[in-house]
Amino acid sequence: MASTIRVRATSSGETTEVQALIQHPMDSGFIKDAKGETIPPHFIQQLTFEYDGKVVFAADWGGGVSKDPYVKFAFKGGKKGDDLKVSWVDSKGKTDTTTAKIL
Amino acid sequence: MNRIRTSLLSLASVLLIAGATSALAASEADYKAALAAAEAANKQAAGVRNQWTTTAATINAAKKAAEAGDFDKAVASANEAEALAKASIFQATSEKKLWKDMEIR
Amino acid sequence: MRPAIRFASIGLALAALAYAAAPSATAADAVDPVADAKAFKKYFTDKFPKVKLEDFVNGPYSMDEGLHQQWQEKEQFPPYEFSLELGKEMFSKPFKNGKSYGDCFPNKGIGIRQNYPYFDEKEGKVITLELALNRCREANGEPPFSYVKDEMAALTAYMAFTSRGKPFDIKIPNDPRALAAYENGKEYFYTRRGQLNFSCATCHVQSPGERIRAEVLAPALGILNAMPIYRSEWSGMGTTSRRFTSCNSQIRGVPFSPQDDEYRNVEYYLSFVSNGLPISGPGARP
Repeated sequence: MASTIRVRATSSGETTEVQALIQHPMDSGFIKDAKGETIPPHFIQQLTFEYDGKVVFAADWGGGVSKDPYVKFAFKGGKKGDDLKVSWVDSKGKTDTTTAKIL
Repeated sequence: MNRIRTSLLSLASVLLIAGATSALAASEADYKAALAAAEAANKQAAGVRNQWTTTAATINAAKKAAEAGDFDKAVASANEAEALAKASIFQATSEKKLWKDMEIR
Repeated sequence: MRPAIRFASIGLALAALAYAAAPSATAADAVDPVADAKAFKKYFTDKFPKVKLEDFVNGPYSMDEGLHQQWQEKEQFPPYEFSLELGKEMFSKPFKNGKSYGDCFPNKGIGIRQNYPYFDEKEGKVITLELALNRCREANGEPPFSYVKDEMAALTAYMAFTSRGKPFDIKIPNDPRALAAYENGKEYFYTRRGQLNFSCATCHVQSPGERIRAEVLAPALGILNAMPIYRSEWSGMGTTSRRFTSCNSQIRGVPFSPQDDEYRNVEYYLSFVSNGLPISGPGARP
């Protein structure tokens, strides 16, 4: 299956702007399905962006974040052509990782 | 909406009790007749391709009340469902001509 | 439940307005699709003189500046991207018998969205893209997909994407049944239904750009050009079929089955009057 993470990082010289879209149901555990049964919680708990071995962005998420979440941020530094590593871990222990080249 | 409907219904039943203490409460047979009429009307609405979701919901409310043994309420709901179904048939029939009034020309 | 009451009273008020404003014209009952399409476009361009004709395909984003800005940012990373990718993957993957979707369509299915729905003179009925896709599956021994979302949305998203920018090019062949299908679609579009007594036109002709609760209503002109759409409200993709059926239940009418004649005909009508406007699907809507 294709990666659950879409990421685009663009360097402007001084800073790097990062946009990411992650495919995940982000079930809060409070929603009921059509049959009236509760959908068990299943959401991303940790999201990490690493550049050059250092964490440049980390998020501790809960059930309040929307389905297929979108993140946008910028960090100082980052060179064109370098790698940016993105990974997440969810409440069921599942995980996904991807690496993107900074443009 | 629900609140209004229930309060109307309870008002109606209060009036029933107050105004006609001698009248008997609705029986299962009354309910069955009212339900059959409602379902027939809703079927007719399906025939003109214009059923309302509220008709089915009100029919279900009638069935639920009947299961609970509250035939007064069941008859009232069934009657309401029949009225809704008839209104939807009226809508479908009148719109056969009226839709043209809305058309962009 | 209180909003529902307000909703209903808005409906009644609109109904009253409509009856007051509509001319009681009964003459000129001959069906003239070309004149219809012209009048349809004129109505919207007169109502929104600042919106360019081709921008109507962007629905509520063409009506509201704030929304337009949000949308432009969103388009850099559109929420339909996952579905689009899935569609592309599915489209190129062969069926068990070795054939693929491309074999069912002209030009291998690429860049043809603007020609659907079309009127099939052999069958005497309107064929939508969704219907053609499921028929393609069945002809190749595969079970059909649900018409409203998931795989069907992914496939149509991909097909729309390959047709982006191409103007809608719906044809009405010289066949009385085609004209009848068109006219029935039009009737459906303007017919009030459901307990709230709304027609498609109540929202999408009389009130585009207005708010209905938190949503900005899309203009009917070009509304299908953006299909399928990712709707934040659904938190997922939906097809044209999904749009029609959910509109029906929102006005408290029992929806028909997807791809029933009424829906096929209304899609035919709406697509025809949007002829010339570019395909913009897949779209994203609040």
